[in-house]
Amino acid sequence: MFNLKINNIDVTVEEGSTILNAAEKIGIKIPTLCHMSLDCFDVENRTGSCRICVVEVANRPNLAPACCTPVVEGMEVKTNSIRAINARRTMLDLLLSDHPKECLTCAKNGNCSLQDLAAEMDLHHVMYEGAMSKYEIDLASEAIVRDLNKCIMCRRCETACNTMQTVGILTGANRGFEAVVSPASGKSLTETKCVFCGQCVSACPVGALSEMNYKYDVWRAINDESKTVVVQTAPAVRVAIGEELGLEAGEIATGKMVTALRMLGFDKVFDTDFAADLTIMEETHELIERVKANENLPILTSCCPGWVKFFEHQFPELIYMPSTAKSPQQMFGAITKSYYAEKIGKKPEDIVVVSVMPCLAKKYEASRPEFAPNGVRDVDIAISTRELGDMIKEAGIQFSKLDDSEYDNPLGESTGAAVIFGASGGVLEAALRTAADWLTNEDLKDIDFEAVRGLEGSKEATVNVAGLDLKVAVVSGLGNARKLLERIKNGESEYHAIEIMACPGGCLNGGGQPYIHEDTSILEKRKEAIYREDSGKEIRKSHENPYIKQLYSEFLTEPGSPLAHKLLHTKYEARENV
Amino acid sequence: MSSCTCSKDGGCSGIEEINLIKLFPEKTSELDRYIETLNITSDIEQNRGYLIQVLHRAQGIFSYLPEDVQLHVANKLSLHLSEVYGVISFYSYFTDKPVGKYKINVCTGTACFVKGAGRILDELKRYLSIEEGETTADGKFSLGGLRCVGACSLAPVVMVNDKVYGNVTTDMVPQIINDCSE
Repeated sequence: MFNLKINNIDVTVEEGSTILNAAEKIGIKIPTLCHMSLDCFDVENRTGSCRICVVEVANRPNLAPACCTPVVEGMEVKTNSIRAINARRTMLDLLLSDHPKECLTCAKNGNCSLQDLAAEMDLHHVMYEGAMSKYEIDLASEAIVRDLNKCIMCRRCETACNTMQTVGILTGANRGFEAVVSPASGKSLTETKCVFCGQCVSACPVGALSEMNYKYDVWRAINDESKTVVVQTAPAVRVAIGEELGLEAGEIATGKMVTALRMLGFDKVFDTDFAADLTIMEETHELIERVKANENLPILTSCCPGWVKFFEHQFPELIYMPSTAKSPQQMFGAITKSYYAEKIGKKPEDIVVVSVMPCLAKKYEASRPEFAPNGVRDVDIAISTRELGDMIKEAGIQFSKLDDSEYDNPLGESTGAAVIFGASGGVLEAALRTAADWLTNEDLKDIDFEAVRGLEGSKEATVNVAGLDLKVAVVSGLGNARKLLERIKNGESEYHAIEIMACPGGCLNGGGQPYIHEDTSILEKRKEAIYREDSGKEIRKSHENPYIKQLYSEFLTEPGSPLAHKLLHTKYEARENV
Repeated sequence: MSSCTCSKDGGCSGIEEINLIKLFPEKTSELDRYIETLNITSDIEQNRGYLIQVLHRAQGIFSYLPEDVQLHVANKLSLHLSEVYGVISFYSYFTDKPVGKYKINVCTGTACFVKGAGRILDELKRYLSIEEGETTADGKFSLGGLRCVGACSLAPVVMVNDKVYGNVTTDMVPQIINDCSE
């Protein structure tokens, strides 16, 4: 332990702590910008590049960056000496000298750390004017917008992409005034192995990385009399949307969200959870077949489009392993434009499917050509939780005052097994609930598989199902996925089933969720809300969803049937590792 | 001879169509033999330490580092392409564009700069009708600037491949170009 004084206050911290850690301990906030810490995932960006956090240290000639200066015994730190204040203001002035002053029209307006700093540091005018970067905005992908003119070179996106996710497309390129963070050879994201998980967008403290915005397309569709516009909401949206609209983190807002969606003008408010139940029917059927035949094991889940694109680029040799089941979003689209279209007597092209997702990769997934039979997309527009929050605000809906209402049927009914898809471990647990019943031909009561729950990046368990010891694993975060896949490649693991989600913690921490600004306790609250919603549900097993039963008896016949394969399964494509 | 042998020689607009690794298997195996002498393992941190020397050797063999060479090096060292590109774009020594047979570099270090390196560079640009960082259409000359070469007493200094010209004046430019004809 080291003893030091910060602003004449004594503090004792562990060896290896930084000045920033020590200051936090005694309630002193040192402003930061490039520093990012996601403690529950053990991720830290400590590049010390922005110099906003400089403080004065006694007997040290230069100011020290608090975020990356380790404490030593007897250190005396002044965080607000006039020298430190002046240096911080100068750093901010210099950063702003090459930053577009477009806050009013910026996608991160209200969510920007640079904007917050300018307010906190009482900036009244911009001191320096000089050369400004002029980069073309990368608008080529369906999911992520890159505006390098706003980049402050904090490198947080690199930590998210390279260290945490190991997708590895971003690098600091060039030097001096031309220095910029970009993919190799300055390519657009679409020309790389980017998986569009959006963790870089969450990490970016400014507007350099943001999402492709489709709100206006939704407004246009809703106001088009000739279209039937249906909306589906992903499991993780209901436990996070409230944060955008004045509710406390961890409040379940399912009922209010359904009311708000009706008020926005959607013709039918359906639930991706219905399709999650459907996914479990198909995926569990596949799991049991593969386990019985002892073939192609382990089976890997395929709900997460970021993860799917990751293995297509980086592990093409394992392409036969993931389940062929489509994701719930795409199953929903396919069923809506076939079964439901027939039911209401509409042509697929006259129905617009809008999905609200915690995810940016879902925008990319919806645009994959194999999900547009005869040129008609199964999912027409995918918006994020944040975009839905914006639309509700724009419509003047006072969310916190809304009454609850129920989803429409038939595609709005769901079970507890579906809602837990939103948390890491949920898909596997849902599959185990159904597999256990199917293999035993019983209605089992003990259905909580606690071992696979939680935000940890890597979990495993051996579950006895009908006398069969199933070895299962759950990983979230693509960096953790990579480690497991390397083991599988080397024949070092003998799992039957593995759930993989691209974002650490699962969809509740998706790239389209409300920004948490490094407060990971919010993720814990979202997770608890998801399991509360599950345990409060009357039906908690996918195969007991009455409308799923009806869908099979009226239309699909049985899991794995030829029609189910045509509509609900897909195939994967090996892609270049660049 | 140009280092670029594709059909678009001299008129090349992008680097994607060229695949030096496939075009020159003997050069590729020379590079691979060099990489095999290093202790490359699955330890990425350790491999990262070899990156610059491998790129140095690769540029020595291929004369420049287009994307396919970068990707080849990345795969050999279990690194991402982006990381290799980051290093190449950072160090002015490395280039991902084809360079001429004669690499003319004007020192723009402090001493040479003060003694008029800018005027020499301007005269070379005018004489060759290319900008800094470009290569003439016939693939013969590339023009660039470099930082101090440690010959400040001879400032201003121009280097053509490994040959050093000292106390250069603008009048000497035609002679320097003429020397490049053997």
